[in-house]
Amino acid sequence: MIQKKSIGTKIIFLLGLVLSVSYAMPFVLVALNSVKPKFEILANPLALPIVFTWDNFNQAITKMNYFQSLTNSIIITTFSVLALILISSMLAYYLSRTKNKFTKVTFLILVASMIVPFQALMIPFMALFAPMVSWNNRASLIFFYMGFGVALSTFLYHGFISNIPVELDEAASIDGAGDFTIFWRIIFPMLKPVTATVAIINALWIWNDFLLPVLVLTPETQTLPLSTYLFYGQYSTEYGQAMAGLLLAVFPIIAFYLVLQRQFISGISSGAVK
Amino acid sequence: MPVGKSIKKFLVFAALPLSIFLVVLVIPFSQGLFLTFTNWDGFSFTQFAGIDNYVKSFQDPSFWSTLQFTAAFVVVSMITINVVAFGLALLVTAKLRSSNIFRTFFFVPNLIGGVILGVIWQFIFNSALVSLAQKFNWTALTSSWLNETDTAFWALIIVTTWQASGYMMIIYITGLISIEQDVLEAARIDGASAFRTMLSVKIPLMIQSFTIALFLTLRGGFMAYDVNVALTGGGPFRTTELISLHIFNDAFRLGNFGTGQSKAVIMFLMVAIAALIQVNVSKRMEVQR
Repeated sequence: MIQKKSIGTKIIFLLGLVLSVSYAMPFVLVALNSVKPKFEILANPLALPIVFTWDNFNQAITKMNYFQSLTNSIIITTFSVLALILISSMLAYYLSRTKNKFTKVTFLILVASMIVPFQALMIPFMALFAPMVSWNNRASLIFFYMGFGVALSTFLYHGFISNIPVELDEAASIDGAGDFTIFWRIIFPMLKPVTATVAIINALWIWNDFLLPVLVLTPETQTLPLSTYLFYGQYSTEYGQAMAGLLLAVFPIIAFYLVLQRQFISGISSGAVK
Repeated sequence: MPVGKSIKKFLVFAALPLSIFLVVLVIPFSQGLFLTFTNWDGFSFTQFAGIDNYVKSFQDPSFWSTLQFTAAFVVVSMITINVVAFGLALLVTAKLRSSNIFRTFFFVPNLIGGVILGVIWQFIFNSALVSLAQKFNWTALTSSWLNETDTAFWALIIVTTWQASGYMMIIYITGLISIEQDVLEAARIDGASAFRTMLSVKIPLMIQSFTIALFLTLRGGFMAYDVNVALTGGGPFRTTELISLHIFNDAFRLGNFGTGQSKAVIMFLMVAIAALIQVNVSKRMEVQR
Protein backbone atom coordinates (compact mmCIF):
# COMPACT_ATOMS: atom_id res chain seq x y z
CA MET A 1 0.00 0.00 0.00
CA ILE A 2 2.79 2.40 0.92
CA GLN A 3 4.75 1.54 -2.20
CA LYS A 4 1.73 1.90 -4.40
CA LYS A 5 1.01 5.30 -3.02
CA SER A 6 4.08 7.01 -4.44
CA ILE A 7 3.84 7.62 -8.20
CA GLY A 8 0.19 6.93 -8.96
CA THR A 9 -1.00 9.08 -6.11
CA LYS A 10 1.34 11.89 -7.06
CA ILE A 11 0.01 11.97 -10.62
CA ILE A 12 -3.58 11.99 -9.39
CA PHE A 13 -2.76 14.71 -6.89
CA LEU A 14 -1.14 16.84 -9.59
CA LEU A 15 -4.10 16.34 -11.90
CA GLY A 16 -6.47 17.34 -9.10
CA LEU A 17 -4.41 20.41 -8.37
CA VAL A 18 -4.36 21.55 -12.00
CA LEU A 19 -8.10 20.96 -12.35
CA SER A 20 -8.91 22.73 -9.07
CA VAL A 21 -6.92 25.75 -10.15
CA SER A 22 -8.66 25.88 -13.51
CA TYR A 23 -12.09 25.51 -11.87
CA ALA A 24 -11.30 28.40 -9.56
CA MET A 25 -9.64 30.53 -12.25
CA PRO A 26 -12.70 32.55 -13.28
CA PHE A 27 -13.33 33.58 -9.66
CA VAL A 28 -9.66 34.39 -9.12
CA LEU A 29 -9.77 36.55 -12.22
CA VAL A 30 -12.83 38.40 -10.94
CA ALA A 31 -11.31 38.92 -7.50
CA LEU A 32 -8.00 40.07 -8.94
CA ASN A 33 -9.55 42.63 -11.24
CA SER A 34 -12.07 43.91 -8.75
CA VAL A 35 -9.33 45.79 -6.89
CA LYS A 36 -7.62 47.21 -9.97
CA PRO A 37 -8.29 50.48 -11.75
CA LYS A 38 -9.58 50.19 -15.32
CA PHE A 39 -6.34 50.91 -17.17
CA GLU A 40 -4.58 48.10 -15.34
CA ILE A 41 -7.28 45.61 -16.26
CA LEU A 42 -7.01 46.59 -19.90
CA ALA A 43 -3.22 46.31 -19.79
CA ASN A 44 -3.20 42.78 -18.36
CA PRO A 45 -6.20 41.09 -16.75
CA LEU A 46 -4.00 38.34 -15.30
CA ALA A 47 -1.46 40.56 -13.54
CA LEU A 48 -1.52 41.22 -9.82
CA PRO A 49 -2.80 44.68 -8.90
CA ILE A 50 -0.17 47.43 -8.79
CA VAL A 51 -2.47 50.20 -7.68
CA PHE A 52 -4.84 48.75 -5.12
CA THR A 53 -8.29 50.36 -4.93
CA TRP A 54 -11.49 49.75 -2.98
CA ASP A 55 -13.30 52.36 -5.02
CA ASN A 56 -14.78 49.75 -7.38
CA PHE A 57 -16.59 48.19 -4.45
CA ASN A 58 -17.99 51.49 -3.22
CA GLN A 59 -19.26 52.27 -6.70
CA ALA A 60 -20.74 48.82 -7.23
CA ILE A 61 -22.48 48.77 -3.85
CA THR A 62 -24.32 52.01 -4.57
CA LYS A 63 -25.00 51.46 -8.26
CA MET A 64 -26.44 47.97 -7.92
CA ASN A 65 -28.27 48.74 -4.67
CA TYR A 66 -26.34 45.90 -3.17
CA PHE A 67 -27.79 45.84 0.33
CA GLN A 68 -31.33 46.27 -0.86
CA SER A 69 -31.05 43.40 -3.35
CA LEU A 70 -29.29 41.25 -0.77
CA THR A 71 -32.13 41.88 1.68
CA ASN A 72 -34.70 41.07 -1.01
CA SER A 73 -32.93 37.84 -1.86
CA ILE A 74 -32.73 36.84 1.80
CA ILE A 75 -36.40 37.62 2.45
CA ILE A 76 -37.69 35.84 -0.63
CA THR A 77 -35.48 32.78 -0.18
CA THR A 78 -36.12 32.42 3.56
CA PHE A 79 -39.89 32.73 3.39
CA SER A 80 -40.23 30.50 0.32
CA VAL A 81 -38.08 27.78 1.88
CA LEU A 82 -39.91 27.90 5.23
CA ALA A 83 -43.28 27.79 3.49
CA LEU A 84 -42.16 24.89 1.31
CA ILE A 85 -40.96 22.90 4.31
CA LEU A 86 -44.26 23.51 6.06
CA ILE A 87 -46.66 22.62 3.26
CA SER A 88 -44.63 19.81 1.66
CA SER A 89 -43.96 17.92 4.87
CA MET A 90 -47.64 18.03 5.78
CA LEU A 91 -48.79 17.05 2.31
CA ALA A 92 -46.26 14.21 2.19
CA TYR A 93 -47.45 12.98 5.59
CA TYR A 94 -51.04 12.99 4.38
CA LEU A 95 -50.23 11.27 1.08
CA SER A 96 -48.11 8.53 2.62
CA ARG A 97 -50.35 7.79 5.62
CA THR A 98 -53.74 7.92 3.91
CA LYS A 99 -53.80 5.12 1.40
CA ASN A 100 -56.55 5.36 -1.21
CA LYS A 101 -56.97 5.96 -4.95
CA PHE A 102 -57.05 9.72 -4.55
CA THR A 103 -53.74 9.96 -2.71
CA LYS A 104 -52.10 7.54 -5.14
CA VAL A 105 -53.19 9.53 -8.18
CA THR A 106 -52.28 12.86 -6.55
CA PHE A 107 -48.82 11.59 -5.78
CA LEU A 108 -48.35 10.40 -9.37
CA ILE A 109 -49.46 13.78 -10.73
CA LEU A 110 -46.99 15.54 -8.44
CA VAL A 111 -44.14 13.33 -9.61
CA ALA A 112 -45.09 13.71 -13.28
CA SER A 113 -45.31 17.49 -12.93
CA MET A 114 -41.61 17.67 -12.16
CA ILE A 115 -40.85 17.18 -15.83
CA VAL A 116 -42.86 20.24 -16.91
CA PRO A 117 -40.45 23.07 -17.69
CA PHE A 118 -41.47 26.50 -16.44
CA GLN A 119 -41.23 27.78 -20.00
CA ALA A 120 -44.13 25.53 -20.98
CA LEU A 121 -46.54 27.56 -18.88
CA MET A 122 -44.71 30.86 -18.50
CA ILE A 123 -46.79 32.79 -21.04
CA PRO A 124 -50.33 32.05 -19.75
CA PHE A 125 -48.90 32.17 -16.24
CA MET A 126 -47.91 35.81 -16.62
CA ALA A 127 -51.27 36.72 -18.14
CA LEU A 128 -53.13 34.94 -15.35
CA PHE A 129 -51.17 36.38 -12.45
CA ALA A 130 -50.58 39.94 -13.68
CA PRO A 131 -53.09 41.47 -11.21
CA MET A 132 -51.65 39.57 -8.26
CA VAL A 133 -48.10 40.54 -9.20
CA SER A 134 -48.97 44.24 -9.47
CA TRP A 135 -50.57 44.05 -6.01
CA ASN A 136 -47.49 42.69 -4.25
CA ASN A 137 -44.73 41.19 -6.30
CA ARG A 138 -42.57 39.81 -3.50
CA ALA A 139 -45.46 37.97 -1.85
CA SER A 140 -46.54 36.71 -5.29
CA LEU A 141 -43.07 35.39 -6.01
CA ILE A 142 -43.00 33.50 -2.70
CA PHE A 143 -46.41 32.06 -3.54
CA PHE A 144 -45.15 30.96 -6.99
CA TYR A 145 -42.12 29.28 -5.50
CA MET A 146 -44.42 27.33 -3.19
CA GLY A 147 -46.33 26.09 -6.20
CA PHE A 148 -43.29 25.21 -8.28
CA GLY A 149 -41.32 23.66 -5.43
CA VAL A 150 -44.02 21.64 -3.71
CA ALA A 151 -43.75 18.59 -6.01
CA LEU A 152 -40.06 17.84 -5.50
CA SER A 153 -40.13 18.65 -1.77
CA THR A 154 -43.18 16.48 -1.17
CA PHE A 155 -41.54 13.70 -3.13
CA LEU A 156 -38.43 13.86 -0.93
CA TYR A 157 -40.47 13.91 2.29
CA HIS A 158 -42.74 11.12 1.05
CA GLY A 159 -39.86 8.69 0.61
CA PHE A 160 -38.64 9.37 4.13
CA ILE A 161 -42.00 9.30 5.90
CA SER A 162 -42.92 5.97 4.26
CA ASN A 163 -39.99 4.45 6.18
CA ILE A 164 -41.27 5.64 9.57
CA PRO A 165 -43.39 2.84 11.13
CA VAL A 166 -47.13 3.62 11.38
CA GLU A 167 -47.13 2.01 14.83
CA LEU A 168 -45.63 5.23 16.11
CA ASP A 169 -48.69 7.22 14.99
CA GLU A 170 -50.99 4.55 16.36
CA ALA A 171 -49.36 4.55 19.77
CA ALA A 172 -49.67 8.31 20.02
CA SER A 173 -53.24 8.16 18.80
CA ILE A 174 -54.13 5.67 21.56
CA ASP A 175 -52.58 8.09 24.04
CA GLY A 176 -55.12 10.62 22.80
CA ALA A 177 -53.09 12.79 20.43
CA GLY A 178 -54.80 14.22 17.36
CA ASP A 179 -53.35 14.06 13.83
CA PHE A 180 -52.00 17.58 14.03
CA THR A 181 -50.19 16.92 17.31
CA ILE A 182 -48.88 13.57 16.12
CA PHE A 183 -47.36 15.17 13.05
CA TRP A 184 -45.75 18.19 14.70
CA ARG A 185 -44.66 16.57 17.97
CA ILE A 186 -43.60 13.14 16.80
CA ILE A 187 -43.13 12.87 13.03
CA PHE A 188 -41.75 16.27 12.07
CA PRO A 189 -38.81 16.17 14.52
CA MET A 190 -37.79 12.85 12.96
CA LEU A 191 -37.65 14.42 9.51
CA LYS A 192 -34.61 16.60 10.24
CA PRO A 193 -32.27 15.02 7.64
CA VAL A 194 -34.81 15.41 4.80
CA THR A 195 -35.74 18.87 5.99
CA ALA A 196 -32.08 19.83 5.61
CA THR A 197 -32.05 18.39 2.08
CA VAL A 198 -35.30 20.12 1.15
CA ALA A 199 -34.05 23.42 2.58
CA ILE A 200 -30.71 23.35 0.76
CA ILE A 201 -32.04 22.23 -2.62
CA ASN A 202 -34.80 24.82 -2.60
CA ALA A 203 -32.64 27.61 -1.20
CA LEU A 204 -30.04 27.14 -3.96
CA TRP A 205 -32.69 27.13 -6.66
CA ILE A 206 -34.62 30.12 -5.36
CA TRP A 207 -31.55 32.19 -4.49
CA ASN A 208 -30.16 31.78 -8.01
CA ASP A 209 -33.39 31.84 -9.96
CA PHE A 210 -33.49 34.41 -12.71
CA LEU A 211 -36.33 33.86 -15.17
CA LEU A 212 -39.22 34.15 -12.73
CA PRO A 213 -37.85 37.23 -10.92
CA VAL A 214 -37.21 38.92 -14.28
CA LEU A 215 -40.88 38.53 -15.11
CA VAL A 216 -42.25 39.38 -11.69
CA LEU A 217 -40.05 41.83 -9.78
CA THR A 218 -39.68 45.62 -10.07
CA PRO A 219 -36.46 47.62 -9.46
CA GLU A 220 -37.16 48.09 -5.72
CA THR A 221 -37.74 44.39 -5.11
CA GLN A 222 -34.94 43.02 -7.31
CA THR A 223 -33.02 40.01 -6.11
CA LEU A 224 -29.24 39.78 -6.26
CA PRO A 225 -28.89 37.87 -9.56
CA LEU A 226 -31.23 40.34 -11.21
CA SER A 227 -29.53 43.50 -9.99
CA THR A 228 -26.10 42.03 -10.79
CA TYR A 229 -27.15 41.24 -14.31
CA LEU A 230 -28.64 44.67 -14.93
CA PHE A 231 -25.66 46.38 -13.31
CA TYR A 232 -23.26 44.39 -15.47
CA GLY A 233 -25.22 45.23 -18.59
CA GLN A 234 -25.03 48.91 -17.80
CA TYR A 235 -21.46 49.16 -16.58
CA SER A 236 -19.71 46.33 -18.40
CA THR A 237 -17.15 48.76 -19.82
CA GLU A 238 -16.27 49.85 -16.27
CA TYR A 239 -14.45 46.55 -15.83
CA GLY A 240 -13.29 47.13 -12.27
CA GLN A 241 -16.74 48.02 -10.99
CA ALA A 242 -18.35 45.17 -12.91
CA MET A 243 -15.87 42.72 -11.34
CA ALA A 244 -16.48 44.14 -7.87
CA GLY A 245 -20.22 43.74 -8.42
CA LEU A 246 -19.79 40.13 -9.49
CA LEU A 247 -17.61 39.35 -6.49
CA LEU A 248 -20.19 40.90 -4.17
CA ALA A 249 -22.90 38.81 -5.81
CA VAL A 250 -20.93 35.58 -5.48
CA PHE A 251 -19.70 36.16 -1.94
CA PRO A 252 -22.79 35.44 0.23
CA ILE A 253 -23.56 32.05 -1.24
CA ILE A 254 -19.95 30.87 -1.15
CA ALA A 255 -19.62 31.96 2.48
CA PHE A 256 -22.84 30.12 3.28
CA TYR A 257 -21.58 27.01 1.52
CA LEU A 258 -18.23 27.00 3.31
CA VAL A 259 -20.01 27.14 6.67
CA LEU A 260 -22.50 24.38 5.82
CA GLN A 261 -20.40 22.35 3.42
CA ARG A 262 -21.19 18.93 4.85
CA GLN A 263 -24.95 19.55 4.84
CA PHE A 264 -24.77 20.77 1.25
CA ILE A 265 -22.99 17.70 -0.04
CA SER A 266 -25.12 15.18 1.84
CA GLY A 267 -28.25 17.16 1.00
CA ILE A 268 -27.52 17.05 -2.70
CA SER A 269 -26.49 13.43 -2.82
CA SER A 270 -29.53 12.21 -0.89
CA GLY A 271 -31.80 14.56 -2.82
CA ALA A 272 -30.58 13.34 -6.19
CA VAL A 273 -30.66 9.66 -5.38
CA LYS A 274 -34.20 10.31 -4.09
CA MET B 1 -61.63 5.99 9.55
CA PRO B 2 -64.92 7.90 9.80
CA VAL B 3 -65.65 10.18 6.84
CA GLY B 4 -65.74 13.36 8.93
CA LYS B 5 -62.33 12.70 10.36
CA SER B 6 -60.76 11.91 7.01
CA ILE B 7 -62.15 15.10 5.49
CA LYS B 8 -60.77 17.07 8.39
CA LYS B 9 -57.39 15.45 7.92
CA PHE B 10 -57.44 16.34 4.23
CA LEU B 11 -58.32 19.95 4.99
CA VAL B 12 -55.62 20.32 7.63
CA PHE B 13 -52.78 18.61 5.78
CA ALA B 14 -53.38 18.65 2.05
CA ALA B 15 -55.90 21.29 1.02
CA LEU B 16 -53.53 24.28 1.06
CA PRO B 17 -50.51 22.73 -0.73
CA LEU B 18 -52.69 21.05 -3.33
CA SER B 19 -54.64 24.19 -4.12
CA ILE B 20 -51.42 26.20 -4.51
CA PHE B 21 -50.07 23.49 -6.78
CA LEU B 22 -53.28 23.54 -8.78
CA VAL B 23 -53.36 27.32 -9.16
CA VAL B 24 -49.66 27.87 -9.90
CA LEU B 25 -48.90 24.86 -12.06
CA VAL B 26 -51.85 22.80 -13.24
CA ILE B 27 -54.19 25.61 -14.31
CA PRO B 28 -51.66 27.70 -16.28
CA PHE B 29 -50.32 24.54 -17.89
CA SER B 30 -53.73 23.32 -19.07
CA GLN B 31 -54.73 26.83 -20.04
CA GLY B 32 -51.54 27.14 -22.07
CA LEU B 33 -52.27 23.90 -23.86
CA PHE B 34 -55.81 25.03 -24.63
CA LEU B 35 -54.82 28.51 -25.83
CA THR B 36 -52.49 27.17 -28.51
CA PHE B 37 -55.59 26.04 -30.41
CA THR B 38 -57.10 29.53 -30.40
CA ASN B 39 -56.16 32.92 -31.80
CA TRP B 40 -55.08 34.17 -28.35
CA ASP B 41 -53.11 37.43 -28.41
CA GLY B 42 -51.91 37.50 -24.81
CA PHE B 43 -55.13 38.97 -23.41
CA SER B 44 -58.14 37.33 -25.01
CA PHE B 45 -59.20 35.09 -27.85
CA THR B 46 -62.16 35.29 -30.19
CA GLN B 47 -62.13 31.97 -32.03
CA PHE B 48 -60.58 28.56 -32.30
CA ALA B 49 -57.75 28.28 -34.74
CA GLY B 50 -57.12 24.54 -34.91
CA ILE B 51 -53.46 23.77 -35.34
CA ASP B 52 -52.64 27.09 -37.04
CA ASN B 53 -50.22 28.12 -34.29
CA TYR B 54 -48.29 24.89 -34.63
CA VAL B 55 -48.17 25.19 -38.41
CA LYS B 56 -46.92 28.75 -38.09
CA SER B 57 -44.32 27.72 -35.52
CA PHE B 58 -42.87 25.13 -37.84
CA GLN B 59 -42.93 27.54 -40.76
CA ASP B 60 -40.67 29.89 -38.82
CA PRO B 61 -37.12 29.24 -40.09
CA SER B 62 -35.56 30.72 -36.95
CA PHE B 63 -37.43 28.10 -34.89
CA TRP B 64 -35.85 25.33 -36.96
CA SER B 65 -32.38 26.74 -36.44
CA THR B 66 -33.11 27.07 -32.70
CA LEU B 67 -34.24 23.42 -32.60
CA GLN B 68 -31.05 22.34 -34.32
CA PHE B 69 -28.90 24.46 -32.05
CA THR B 70 -30.72 23.17 -28.96
CA ALA B 71 -30.45 19.53 -30.04
CA ALA B 72 -26.71 19.92 -30.61
CA PHE B 73 -26.35 21.68 -27.26
CA VAL B 74 -28.30 19.01 -25.37
CA VAL B 75 -26.35 16.12 -26.87
CA VAL B 76 -22.89 17.67 -26.57
CA SER B 77 -23.43 19.09 -23.08
CA MET B 78 -24.80 15.75 -21.84
CA ILE B 79 -21.64 14.05 -23.03
CA THR B 80 -19.14 16.65 -21.78
CA ILE B 81 -20.76 17.18 -18.39
CA ASN B 82 -21.07 13.48 -17.61
CA VAL B 83 -17.62 12.52 -18.84
CA VAL B 84 -16.01 15.32 -16.86
CA ALA B 85 -18.17 14.69 -13.79
CA PHE B 86 -17.40 10.97 -13.76
CA GLY B 87 -13.69 11.72 -14.12
CA LEU B 88 -13.83 14.18 -11.24
CA ALA B 89 -15.70 11.65 -9.10
CA LEU B 90 -12.98 9.04 -9.74
CA LEU B 91 -10.33 11.59 -8.89
CA VAL B 92 -11.99 12.68 -5.68
CA THR B 93 -12.64 9.11 -4.49
CA ALA B 94 -9.00 8.12 -5.13
CA LYS B 95 -8.19 8.38 -1.41
CA LEU B 96 -6.05 11.50 -1.43
CA ARG B 97 -5.64 13.61 1.65
CA SER B 98 -6.66 16.65 -0.37
CA SER B 99 -9.86 15.07 -1.79
CA ASN B 100 -12.14 17.26 0.25
CA ILE B 101 -10.49 20.46 -0.91
CA PHE B 102 -10.62 19.33 -4.53
CA ARG B 103 -14.28 18.45 -4.15
CA THR B 104 -15.00 21.91 -2.83
CA PHE B 105 -13.28 23.56 -5.81
CA PHE B 106 -15.14 21.42 -8.34
CA PHE B 107 -18.47 22.02 -6.65
CA VAL B 108 -18.39 25.78 -6.16
CA PRO B 109 -19.38 26.93 -9.70
CA ASN B 110 -22.62 25.08 -9.09
CA LEU B 111 -23.65 27.25 -6.20
CA ILE B 112 -23.77 30.34 -8.32
CA GLY B 113 -26.57 31.21 -10.65
CA GLY B 114 -26.13 30.83 -14.38
CA VAL B 115 -26.61 34.53 -14.99
CA ILE B 116 -23.69 35.56 -12.81
CA LEU B 117 -21.52 32.77 -14.22
CA GLY B 118 -22.54 33.87 -17.70
CA VAL B 119 -21.39 37.45 -17.22
CA ILE B 120 -18.15 36.33 -15.55
CA TRP B 121 -17.36 34.26 -18.64
CA GLN B 122 -18.51 37.02 -20.93
CA PHE B 123 -15.74 39.11 -19.40
CA ILE B 124 -13.30 36.23 -19.84
CA PHE B 125 -14.16 35.60 -23.49
CA ASN B 126 -14.64 39.21 -24.54
CA SER B 127 -11.91 40.95 -22.56
CA ALA B 128 -9.49 38.79 -20.63
CA LEU B 129 -8.73 36.19 -23.30
CA VAL B 130 -8.70 38.73 -26.11
CA SER B 131 -6.23 41.00 -24.37
CA LEU B 132 -4.02 38.04 -23.49
CA ALA B 133 -4.20 36.72 -27.03
CA GLN B 134 -3.13 40.04 -28.45
CA LYS B 135 -0.24 40.18 -26.05
CA PHE B 136 1.04 36.69 -26.79
CA ASN B 137 -0.19 36.41 -30.39
CA TRP B 138 -2.57 33.47 -29.96
CA THR B 139 -4.39 33.67 -33.27
CA ALA B 140 -7.33 31.48 -32.20
CA LEU B 141 -8.42 33.92 -29.52
CA THR B 142 -7.70 37.40 -30.86
CA SER B 143 -11.34 37.91 -31.69
CA SER B 144 -13.90 37.02 -29.04
CA TRP B 145 -15.39 33.54 -29.25
CA LEU B 146 -18.79 35.06 -28.65
CA ASN B 147 -18.74 36.87 -32.02
CA GLU B 148 -19.08 33.71 -34.11
CA THR B 149 -21.91 31.18 -33.89
CA ASP B 150 -19.64 28.14 -33.94
CA THR B 151 -17.22 29.32 -31.30
CA ALA B 152 -20.06 30.77 -29.20
CA PHE B 153 -21.57 27.27 -29.17
CA TRP B 154 -18.38 25.92 -27.63
CA ALA B 155 -18.27 28.81 -25.19
CA LEU B 156 -21.75 27.81 -24.02
CA ILE B 157 -20.62 24.19 -23.69
CA ILE B 158 -17.51 25.15 -21.70
CA VAL B 159 -19.43 27.31 -19.24
CA THR B 160 -22.26 24.79 -18.83
CA THR B 161 -19.84 21.93 -18.26
CA TRP B 162 -17.85 23.98 -15.77
CA GLN B 163 -21.05 24.83 -13.92
CA ALA B 164 -22.86 21.49 -13.91
CA SER B 165 -20.03 18.96 -13.61
CA GLY B 166 -19.60 19.53 -9.86
CA TYR B 167 -23.22 18.65 -9.12
CA MET B 168 -23.12 15.51 -11.25
CA MET B 169 -19.78 14.64 -9.63
CA ILE B 170 -21.56 14.43 -6.25
CA ILE B 171 -24.08 12.00 -7.75
CA TYR B 172 -21.29 9.82 -9.17
CA ILE B 173 -19.37 9.94 -5.88
CA THR B 174 -22.50 8.67 -4.10
CA GLY B 175 -22.69 5.85 -6.62
CA LEU B 176 -19.01 4.97 -6.37
CA ILE B 177 -18.91 4.78 -2.59
CA SER B 178 -22.09 2.70 -2.44
CA ILE B 179 -20.30 -0.23 -4.12
CA GLU B 180 -19.48 -2.85 -1.50
CA GLN B 181 -15.81 -3.35 -0.78
CA ASP B 182 -16.01 -7.16 -0.98
CA VAL B 183 -17.16 -6.99 -4.61
CA LEU B 184 -14.09 -4.93 -5.48
CA GLU B 185 -11.94 -7.29 -3.41
CA ALA B 186 -13.30 -10.26 -5.35
CA ALA B 187 -12.49 -8.53 -8.63
CA ARG B 188 -8.96 -7.89 -7.45
CA ILE B 189 -8.43 -11.49 -6.37
CA ASP B 190 -9.69 -12.61 -9.78
CA GLY B 191 -6.88 -10.54 -11.24
CA ALA B 192 -8.94 -7.79 -12.83
CA SER B 193 -7.01 -4.64 -13.79
CA ALA B 194 -8.17 -1.25 -12.49
CA PHE B 195 -9.63 -0.44 -15.90
CA ARG B 196 -11.38 -3.77 -16.19
CA THR B 197 -12.81 -3.41 -12.67
CA MET B 198 -14.22 -0.04 -13.56
CA LEU B 199 -15.77 -1.22 -16.83
CA SER B 200 -17.17 -4.56 -15.67
CA VAL B 201 -17.81 -4.03 -11.97
CA LYS B 202 -18.07 -0.40 -10.93
CA ILE B 203 -20.04 1.08 -13.83
CA PRO B 204 -22.64 -1.73 -14.01
CA LEU B 205 -23.19 -1.47 -10.24
CA MET B 206 -23.77 2.26 -10.36
CA ILE B 207 -25.93 2.57 -13.48
CA GLN B 208 -28.54 4.19 -11.24
CA SER B 209 -26.23 7.19 -10.79
CA PHE B 210 -25.91 7.44 -14.55
CA THR B 211 -29.69 7.29 -14.93
CA ILE B 212 -30.10 10.24 -12.59
CA ALA B 213 -27.19 12.31 -13.88
CA LEU B 214 -28.15 11.77 -17.52
CA PHE B 215 -31.76 12.67 -16.76
CA LEU B 216 -30.76 15.86 -14.95
CA THR B 217 -28.36 16.95 -17.69
CA LEU B 218 -30.89 16.15 -20.40
CA ARG B 219 -33.55 18.23 -18.69
CA GLY B 220 -31.04 20.95 -17.86
CA GLY B 221 -29.89 21.11 -21.47
CA PHE B 222 -33.40 21.60 -22.81
CA MET B 223 -34.27 24.17 -20.16
CA ALA B 224 -30.99 26.13 -20.22
CA TYR B 225 -31.75 29.82 -20.16
CA ASP B 226 -29.59 31.73 -17.68
CA VAL B 227 -26.16 31.02 -19.12
CA ASN B 228 -27.54 31.54 -22.61
CA VAL B 229 -29.01 34.96 -21.90
CA ALA B 230 -26.02 36.19 -19.92
CA LEU B 231 -23.22 34.78 -22.07
CA THR B 232 -24.35 35.24 -25.67
CA GLY B 233 -27.78 36.81 -25.28
CA GLY B 234 -28.68 34.75 -28.35
CA GLY B 235 -26.28 36.72 -30.52
CA PRO B 236 -24.79 37.08 -33.02
CA PHE B 237 -28.10 37.69 -34.84
CA ARG B 238 -30.22 35.25 -32.81
CA THR B 239 -28.08 32.33 -34.01
CA THR B 240 -27.21 31.04 -30.53
CA GLU B 241 -30.71 31.10 -29.09
CA LEU B 242 -31.55 27.93 -27.21
CA ILE B 243 -35.23 27.01 -27.21
CA SER B 244 -36.01 28.68 -23.86
CA LEU B 245 -34.63 32.04 -24.91
CA HIS B 246 -36.29 31.70 -28.31
CA ILE B 247 -39.69 31.22 -26.67
CA PHE B 248 -39.07 34.12 -24.30
CA ASN B 249 -38.12 36.45 -27.15
CA ASP B 250 -40.93 35.26 -29.40
CA ALA B 251 -43.56 35.95 -26.76
CA PHE B 252 -42.29 38.84 -24.67
CA ARG B 253 -40.09 40.71 -27.17
CA LEU B 254 -42.01 40.16 -30.40
CA GLY B 255 -45.47 39.72 -28.89
CA ASN B 256 -46.19 36.42 -30.68
CA PHE B 257 -48.06 34.82 -27.81
CA GLY B 258 -49.78 32.17 -29.93
CA THR B 259 -46.67 30.76 -31.59
CA GLY B 260 -44.59 31.37 -28.44
CA GLN B 261 -46.91 29.16 -26.43
CA SER B 262 -47.09 26.50 -29.16
CA LYS B 263 -43.32 26.37 -29.23
CA ALA B 264 -43.39 26.01 -25.43
CA VAL B 265 -45.73 23.04 -25.74
CA ILE B 266 -43.44 21.54 -28.39
CA MET B 267 -40.54 22.03 -25.98
CA PHE B 268 -42.46 20.28 -23.21
CA LEU B 269 -43.20 17.32 -25.48
CA MET B 270 -39.56 17.07 -26.51
CA VAL B 271 -38.35 17.10 -22.89
CA ALA B 272 -40.96 14.56 -21.82
CA ILE B 273 -40.33 12.15 -24.70
CA ALA B 274 -36.54 12.40 -24.50
CA ALA B 275 -36.58 11.92 -20.72
CA LEU B 276 -38.94 8.93 -20.93
CA ILE B 277 -36.77 7.23 -23.52
CA GLN B 278 -33.57 7.94 -21.60
CA VAL B 279 -34.91 6.76 -18.24
CA ASN B 280 -36.35 3.60 -19.79
CA VAL B 281 -33.10 2.72 -21.54
CA SER B 282 -31.01 3.35 -18.42
CA LYS B 283 -33.42 1.45 -16.16
CA ARG B 284 -33.15 -1.57 -18.39
CA MET B 285 -29.38 -1.51 -17.86
CA GLU B 286 -29.63 -1.39 -14.08
CA VAL B 287 -28.43 -4.51 -12.30
CA GLN B 288 -30.58 -6.11 -9.63
CA ARG B 289 -28.58 -6.35 -6.45
